[in-house]
Amino acid sequence: MKNILEVKNLSTSFFTHAGEVKAVKDISFNVGIGEAIGIVGESGSGKSVTSLSIMNLLSFPGKVINGSVCFAGTELTNLKEKKMQLVRGNEIGMIFQDPMTSLNPVYTVGNQIMESLLRHQKLNRGEARKKAIEMLSLVGIPGPENRLNQYPHEFSGGMRQRVMIAMALCCKPKLLIADEPTTALDVTIQAQIIELLKDLKDKINTSIILITHDLGVVAELCSRVIVMYAGSVVEKGTTRDVFYNPRHPYTWGLLKSIPIVNADHKERLIPIDGQPPDLLNTPPGCPFCPRCDHAMQICAQTQPPLSQLGEQHLAACWLLHPGAPRVERGR
Amino acid sequence: MADIPVSGIHEISKDKFTPLPARKKDIADISRPSVTYWGDAWRRLRQNKMAMLGMYTIIFIILLAILGPILSPHSYSDQFLDKQGLGPNNEHWFGTDSLGRDLFVRVLYGARISLAVGLVASLLNLTVGVLYGGIAGLAGGRVDNVMMRIVDMFYSIPLVLYVILMMVVIGPGLKSIFMALGLVYWLEMARVVRAQILTLKEQEFVMAARALGASQARILFRHLIPNCMGPIIITVSMNIPLAIFTEAFLSFLGLGVAIPMASWGVLASDALPAIRSYPHMLFFPAMAISVTMLAFNFLGDGLRDALDPRLRK
Amino acid sequence: MGKDHILLKTDGLVKHFELNQGFFGRKAIVQAVDDVSFHICRGETLGLVGESGCGKTTVGRTVIKLYEPTAGKIVFDGQDITGLKEKEMLALRKRMQIIFQDPYASLNARMTVGDIVSEPLDIHGLARGPKLREQAMELLQKVGMSPDHINRYPHEFSGGQRQRIGIARALAVNPDFIVCDEPISALDVSIQAQVVNLLEDLQHEMGLTYLFIAHDLSMVKHISNRIGVMYLGKLVELAESSELYKRPLHPYTRALLSAIPVPDPDIAEHKQRVILKGDVPSPINPPAGCRFRTRCQYALDICSQLNPEMVQVGAQHMVACHLMT
Repeated sequence: MKNILEVKNLSTSFFTHAGEVKAVKDISFNVGIGEAIGIVGESGSGKSVTSLSIMNLLSFPGKVINGSVCFAGTELTNLKEKKMQLVRGNEIGMIFQDPMTSLNPVYTVGNQIMESLLRHQKLNRGEARKKAIEMLSLVGIPGPENRLNQYPHEFSGGMRQRVMIAMALCCKPKLLIADEPTTALDVTIQAQIIELLKDLKDKINTSIILITHDLGVVAELCSRVIVMYAGSVVEKGTTRDVFYNPRHPYTWGLLKSIPIVNADHKERLIPIDGQPPDLLNTPPGCPFCPRCDHAMQICAQTQPPLSQLGEQHLAACWLLHPGAPRVERGR
Repeated sequence: MADIPVSGIHEISKDKFTPLPARKKDIADISRPSVTYWGDAWRRLRQNKMAMLGMYTIIFIILLAILGPILSPHSYSDQFLDKQGLGPNNEHWFGTDSLGRDLFVRVLYGARISLAVGLVASLLNLTVGVLYGGIAGLAGGRVDNVMMRIVDMFYSIPLVLYVILMMVVIGPGLKSIFMALGLVYWLEMARVVRAQILTLKEQEFVMAARALGASQARILFRHLIPNCMGPIIITVSMNIPLAIFTEAFLSFLGLGVAIPMASWGVLASDALPAIRSYPHMLFFPAMAISVTMLAFNFLGDGLRDALDPRLRK
Repeated sequence: MGKDHILLKTDGLVKHFELNQGFFGRKAIVQAVDDVSFHICRGETLGLVGESGCGKTTVGRTVIKLYEPTAGKIVFDGQDITGLKEKEMLALRKRMQIIFQDPYASLNARMTVGDIVSEPLDIHGLARGPKLREQAMELLQKVGMSPDHINRYPHEFSGGQRQRIGIARALAVNPDFIVCDEPISALDVSIQAQVVNLLEDLQHEMGLTYLFIAHDLSMVKHISNRIGVMYLGKLVELAESSELYKRPLHPYTRALLSAIPVPDPDIAEHKQRVILKGDVPSPINPPAGCRFRTRCQYALDICSQLNPEMVQVGAQHMVACHLMT
């Protein structure tokens, strides 16, 4: 499978008055054509900053300090803003978490969808209108001809997210970055959106980067997963690798802290103790070390490298070193 | 982190793989130093050079207004009949006016009046305005509607009309200026505070206080007003120069402070008939007005930037 | 104190909000909660689930009289509290508390943690002076926080820590009953489990009764003894939690359960989903008859004419659907 996006050694920092906040530390991954990958992590893990870095949308005081983002053969990190604008919305589409604030309330929905068509595809108004109607019905909005002339406030949350997806997809982007697309939505609407994304991936062969904290959504949609913690990749692999054979204690903890719906009797939940680290002054060594049940001397001193565990499966943990004691995943 | 296979790592001594001693994983750990809202705002205000310049200027003017007339050998009403309309010189720094009075002392006295006007305006803002707006916002519904229509009514009458009315009733002078300001200068604050409280009172911390059985007064004074402090301070700092300017303007028109009291407006208006012969008489009071206005506006702008929650990271 | 002792009971609870549409506009009525009846036993956790706008938060706030009910009856520990004035409620406020969803909005940003936690003690005159501080420190310790942080401000804490502070505030008056209004939905996955464990521990330790409101069905299943499902202001199903997940009867409950994303790729791949069409209708003009009928694939003629009543279908299982009668 050819890759549409290759991210190599990307590091992003925010230079605040209190010091440098290392939001993303040396992460690498790639996305194949027509593939959906998930980036999982908690708030502050750097998953959203990763997507903003790819899109070159970081604003002061954030800055990409190292690494490369290669999209369809073009390096994006040093691309001029003018050229980047041709990529954004045209070749890479983006959906944000909050469908309530991502649409401009003073323009009709049709206008907002048609704007990028007029701009990027150089269509005339009639064609753009036709295309917009087609997109709205693709994302499952009934009566698209009438809905086109309505304003965002006349749409419900789920409908607005569909409009966002229609906008992101109208120029047939090769890659869609979805940043927590279902977090603000109800479960039944979330199910609708997941089905829609699945459908679009198969129908128009768009690659998808799904950024989320919900492991369930990833399991439903993605073929590969990247688990991030405190700005670093701690584990990545196929969805089956990560869900059935996780090797990093943080991934164990994440999977264990979700209650099992089908459990017959009530079991006590097993949370990950402690707090996520403050990115402003991260201790040396493994960022997960302070919360890890299996921490060793070396974990507090040196950051572990990513170890190759399978064809696609990698994890960054000293437990995987041949010299380390064998530790079994609990549960 | 590079994708190196495990076998590629050089040998690591065995003892490094001994488990760390059991640690208490503190869920309450905070590593960042404590930064309060006001501390953070002060840091941002300090970074704003113009605002700091404004603040130091205001402090300087206040000190001069309090101490200046005491230290000066002349009084504001002393006439030196032999020294009418002198330019600036060693003995009289700003010169003298057409009646031979020391202009420096008179300008400093003007500063006293201006600052008193600013003080009255800000006190009114902080007491009447905040309370009125707070009560209207908290009560909501019909009470709010009636209270705000009263504000609208006061707003609809121009300030000059109030001043003339006051002059007719109690005669010209500082008192009528204060009364007129008193009728008008709390209105904007009432609107600002009410709008803030309308949004704040829907927040969950207010709901939590109600669930605890807190009284309305407690909710207003402990929960709502402290959370409006930012906009309140900004409004006050913007209203003070407005009040000072209004007083100067009214006095200039002859509607305010009466002779021999020396407000900046009166001084400027006195200077007008003799502007060709003694231009310095207009220059100094005018400069005092401009510098004060600029200083307050710089500080106000700086405070707005420093306290605006949207700029907070 | 038996488990079957009823602590809180609502009977036909109705809450409507008037929506002002402009100065001269006609008033619209939002039917947030319509005819909801349930009871909670002492020491029990009743879960309340549903999508946004279904009225679950309104139910939670109405039963502790933060909102005045439009109609219906609320009985707390044998006492009818429906018509009580705020003054008469003061004593009862000590016995019923609430924990909020948003750990950022639910703490006053201008007060120190110590002041926040000790405020309830001050209001009810339970402690004074140095005693107040001492108790605040004890409360912080009880929820797993360090008492040294008493002089810090809420914004210095992470979401999970703030939620603990909110819990400490609710515990200060030593209540019997706590409404947990989506206390974990704003938290990270690994922190959610910490907070749920804390709530469970406190329940055992202090004999608390919870009304646990959430939209996350897997967490609700975990913490609740019984679960009520709400849709557009109506309670549509009420059952013991394992019974509800094994034998959901209402079509909406079924759709809701099948919509939960399962963190298991194999199951996810072969899962047959009930995907609901369309959106929740507006509570200003809810559909006549059964409110769910516009999205229900089994809707019959009768559903548009007659509102289905709650009927008993099992020992602890009730459902409001025409298909079941």
